[in-house]
This record gives sequence, C-alpha cells and structure tokens, in this order.
Amino acid sequence: MSGSREAILDTIRKNHVQGDRPRPTVPLFDQAAPADLKALFQKSLERMGGKMLTPDAADPMAPVRQAIVKPGPVLSCVPEFQGDMQITPQTKPTDIAPVEYAVLRAAFGVAETGSLCFTEKQLLVNTTGFLPQHLVVLLDPTQIVYNLHNAYQRPEWTQAHYAVFQSGPSATADIEGVLVHGAQGVRSLSVLFHPAS
Amino acid sequence: MTAELHEELTDPHADQLDHGAASSRPLKSRISEPQPRGAKIHGNRPVDQSEAANRFMAATEHEAMHDARLWDLRQKRDKEMHGIEEWEELRNLASGIKEHTLSKLDYYLELFEKNATANGIKVHWAKDGAEHNAIVLEILRSKGVERLIKSKSMLTEECGFREFMAENNVEVIETDLGERIQQLDDEAPSHVVVPAVHKLRTDVASVFAKTIGSDPDNADAHYLTECQREATRPLILSAQAGMTGGNFVVAETGTFVVCTNEGNADLSANTPPLHIASIGIEKLIPGLDDLAVFVRLLSRSALGSPITQYTSHFRGPRKGSEMHVVLVDNGRSARLGMEKFWPGLKCIRCGACMNTCPVFRRSGGLSYGATYAGPIGLIIDPTFNVHKYRNLPYSSTMNGSCTNVCPVKINIHEQIADWRKTLAGEGEISPVKKVMMKAAGEVLASPVVYRASLPLGRSALRHLPHFMLYNKLNTWGRKRDIPETPKQTFNEWYRKNRKQQDEGKKS
Ligand code: SF4
Repeated sequence: MSGSREAILDTIRKNHVQGDRPRPTVPLFDQAAPADLKALFQKSLERMGGKMLTPDAADPMAPVRQAIVKPGPVLSCVPEFQGDMQITPQTKPTDIAPVEYAVLRAAFGVAETGSLCFTEKQLLVNTTGFLPQHLVVLLDPTQIVYNLHNAYQRPEWTQAHYAVFQSGPSATADIEGVLVHGAQGVRSLSVLFHPAS
Repeated sequence: MTAELHEELTDPHADQLDHGAASSRPLKSRISEPQPRGAKIHGNRPVDQSEAANRFMAATEHEAMHDARLWDLRQKRDKEMHGIEEWEELRNLASGIKEHTLSKLDYYLELFEKNATANGIKVHWAKDGAEHNAIVLEILRSKGVERLIKSKSMLTEECGFREFMAENNVEVIETDLGERIQQLDDEAPSHVVVPAVHKLRTDVASVFAKTIGSDPDNADAHYLTECQREATRPLILSAQAGMTGGNFVVAETGTFVVCTNEGNADLSANTPPLHIASIGIEKLIPGLDDLAVFVRLLSRSALGSPITQYTSHFRGPRKGSEMHVVLVDNGRSARLGMEKFWPGLKCIRCGACMNTCPVFRRSGGLSYGATYAGPIGLIIDPTFNVHKYRNLPYSSTMNGSCTNVCPVKINIHEQIADWRKTLAGEGEISPVKKVMMKAAGEVLASPVVYRASLPLGRSALRHLPHFMLYNKLNTWGRKRDIPETPKQTFNEWYRKNRKQQDEGKKS
C-alpha cells in the first residue's frame, strides 16, 4: 500500500546505519581454474547426485536413448532428439505432468558446483524442468564456466525472465537425514556432453 | 576434533552421497518415543525455554538424533569451508556487501522496485504482517484463488500467514517436505533450513498415517517421502496460485532468488498462473557480482553442500501469468536504528549458528517458543517482543561458536551479551539471571578479552565445574551434560592456519 511505502522508506532514512560503508569489489576468484573444466564439472555433478553419460562418437544420441529405461512419454525440447510429445504455443504448464523423461539442453554449466543453467528459452514451458520424473540434459562442453562468479557474468541474467541453476536431481533429507532423490522435482538427472549444432 | 563427543560420526562412509541436508552417514533412530512438544505459550508471558528444553532432553532418542544430525551438518560445513581457499575473504565480502546495502537501503529498494516494475512485476509494500496478509488476500480474491501452493518462508511464519488464510478460506499447501510435515502436524518449523529436524522417522510416520493415509507401521524415509510426493502432486497441479519467499533480491536487475533442494519453489512459481513472493526488505543486495558471493556461502554454511539443488532466479512473469512481490518491513526498518542490534539484519537465514549451538542441539528449536530459534533467535526475537522473549538471551553458553560460523560475520555472541545488558537496564530481568549476568559481564564486555578467555573456558568446560555453566543459579548448567566444545576454536585454527593470507585484511 502506497502509504506504507513512504512510511517504510522514511523510517529507513531516519535510521540508516551510520558511517561510510563502500560497496566491496568482488573478485572472480578464478586464477586456479583448471584447463579441463569438463572433469571438474563431472566431479561436482556427481557429488550433487547427477549422472554423467558416456558419449558415443558413432551414434551421438545413443547415450540418451539408453538413459531412457522406464516406460512413459518422452518430451524432447532439443532438435537433436525425437520425443513422443510436442510443445506447442497452447501447451500449459500442467500438461507436462505425465512426462516420464524430458530431454533438454542447458544454457551453460558451472564446474564448481555441477550446476546446469536453464532459462525459459531452453525449457520452452518452464515446468519441463520440474514436472517430468527424469531429466536427460545436453551440455555443450565449451559452455562450462569455472565458478559462480564467472557464471554471473553471463548474459542470461539480464535476458531471461526466469533462470535456474539445477544441480543434480531434486533432493530431500528432511526425515532423519536420509537422502531421497525426487522430493518434488525430478528423481534423476543425467548429462551428456554434446556440442550445440 | 569431535571424535570423543560423537563416536557415531567418526566412521565416515567416504563414498556415500551427502549433498543437500543428507547426513554424512546413517543416523537411524532405534526406538520410537513420544515426540516432546515445544514451549508452552501463555499469552504474552515470558517464554520459559529451559522448561521445554528439559522435556526435549528427557526424550533421549529425540535429543540424541537432533544433536547428532545438526552436529553432522556443522561438520559437513567445516569440510566445505576447508575446500574453499577464499572462504574468509567471501565472508568478509558478504559482510561488507550487506553493510553497504543496509547503509543505502532506501536507494536499493527503490532501484529494485523500478527494475522489477519495468520487467512486469507488481511490487507491493507492507509495513507489518497484517498488512502483508491483507495484500496477499486481496490479490488472491481478485483471481478467485481457493488453493495456494507455497514453498518455505520464514517471513510468512512471522506474519502468521497460514492461520490468516485458513480463517479466510484459502487452502495453503506447503510443498517443502519438512514444512509439509510440520503443517500436517499443526506445529511450527523448528529450524530455518530443516523444519522437521526435531522429529524421528516414527513421528513422521504417525503424522502421515493420520493425515495422508500412509501405513502407520512403515517408517522408512523413502516410503514416507514418496507418499508425500504422491499426495502433494495433484494439489500442485490444481492450485490457482503459488507463493515463494526470496533469499536474495538483486536491485540492479530487479531479480529475486529462491534456493531450495526439492525444486518445490520452482513448481510453486511456475505451475499456476499467479506467483506471489513475500520478501523481507533486508534481503536486498546491489548486483549479480554480489549474488555470487552469497550463493557460494549459503548452502555450504547451512548444510555443507556446495549449492542448493535448485537456485531459481525470477525477473519477470512468464507469458500469460502474473508475478507480485510483497516487500515486508515488520520491524526491520526500526531495527536498522538500533545501534547495537542492526547487524542482525545481515542474516541470510542459513541456520549455521543453530547447528553449532550446544543449547540449540540439546533443546530443539520449538523450545524457544518464537519464530526464530537458536542464536539468531536470541538476538532478533526480543526486537519483536521484548517482554515475551526476555529470557531467551540467557539460552546460550556464550561459547562464541555461532559468531565463528556465521557467513555474514554477525557478532552474535556479543549481541547476546548486549541484550542481557539492555534487558537488565530495562528492568526486564529476573533476579537469578541478574547474578549470572554480573559474573559474565566483565568477561564479555570486550571481544578481545572474551576471545582471550575462550581457550581457558574450554578446558574448564571439559574438566571442571565452571562458574557460568555450573553455578547452581544457572538454569542451563543444571541437570545438563557438559555441552561439547571443539578442542580448537575456529579462531585458534584460523590464526594458526590462515594468518599469513589474512595479513593486511580487516577482521
Ligand atoms: S545469524 Fe549468521 S549463522 Fe545464523 S542464520 Fe543468520 S547468517 Fe546464518
């Protein structure tokens, strides 16, 4: 309410923390970055409960097919792979609920944390990242940054309305610290290094 | 460093995954035992934390599990910290960024409002919990919302949001597993990050058996989690609105950021056509460079996990949907003017100070009878109600461990001491506590003297009755085991190991 807006700002101005408190400059902390970010990404992803698929030079999509082991509808949001469902302009967020596997491409990856960044551009409908039971993700190895400082230099943050770092599958340990994958979001997450065409 | 105190934790299964809130090794409860309930609330009467704590400790299985799990989180946090070369620098940056933002909070709030509005977010301002609830209800009514799915938010706990919505016939469904357990048990969250950490698996089994129809004899965590997933999903799909909190608000881009492990915030925000985020005004940070510092620190400090499974950034509504942000004051702007206590506003609600606190681990979060428990609760609850929470600042051994682990370097234990002084000055103190405080007063008067006294305090703790802890007058020393203390304090370790790197930096 507009009266409250002014009242809150006025109180803040009256009560401001005293003294000169300049804004710190945040370094990128990336001097120690290894040349091979793929290996670090893989290690971090596995730490977070994700799986790395082994590439197949002869048949690049074979690892994706092999990762799909459970019956049910497969939704592909990438041109490289043919699923059995199509996203159309009419697709509603809840329409994704029956999907067993969604195949997505990540905008980029973060080696420090094994994170994958998705925005509405890759997800097409935002719920494709969370409502399917499992995710299989293509990641261009040239699109891996070393750490989160580097990640926040990327252009996605000022282009997308929605962007998420997904680091491994959905997880909970709210009951006696027992790790369970698939609390509300996806039960498993697999990643295949595959250059963007 | 804790082998003698937590034998069950000394055999780490190196290969076991322990990301998120998972413990680094199984800590299965052996017996089922009635769950001790939280502090007894009598209107505005001062909460008797030690009464509830005694009941929690009498439930030995609950106490042992609670203590072991939280200490395990603390150890996981230490491990992560040691893996990050620049850890101390990140803490200094985080503290500096928060202090800078709080010194120009009006500017950053207006900047956020401008940028978020330009991206299509509707920004509202609420001076207190009641106004927050009224604003949200109005938005929901305008859309005819009957069911709201929600991710965890301490702010909405502050506002009494769920009770208010129940009175107004809006069904609220919590989607975080721990929070859902607490909602179904009609109990407040006991911890800011792991809301049901005080419950055993058998407690959860009996709550779910009564509410979502699970098998009362099956207390397997996988089974119970699956039951909840299955029961919640149709509610997620049929809700007309979703609500989240916000961990960080980036002024320069008009973005708010939500961190979860379950992906429930993303589901709450992205499934229904309406997303409302309730955010405290102290969550502001200037830019994306600053955000990196906090995302690196939050989950590592909270759970000893490198990052939350989901870190979600909202900058505007998706096509065909609405997005609202309610910026809530609820006492924060007044706290900014409290000379000694404003640094509490730097808090990022990681819970590290709770995990490390011997009093919290032994007594459970519900014993504090307040929205915020543990060390951070001791210093912010009295700002909400100085009379009701006047005893809380005494629920501390003053070991300073909270201050040492705090990622934004809040001087928590100094503020606890300051509250004791302030409450004494305001006549808000019982005679017993006055005596204790006098004894502690000299030692705690200056941080330098306090730190110098720590190693001695520690050995005294281990072997001798200590004046502060085992004096007959001390409600905390009485009938309690010796609280475990690390052999080496963080400061000692830090001085030994990091001194060179730290040269020239302010502490
Ligand atoms: S006071 Fe510090 S350690 Fe405690 S919850 Fe807040 S940020 Fe975390």
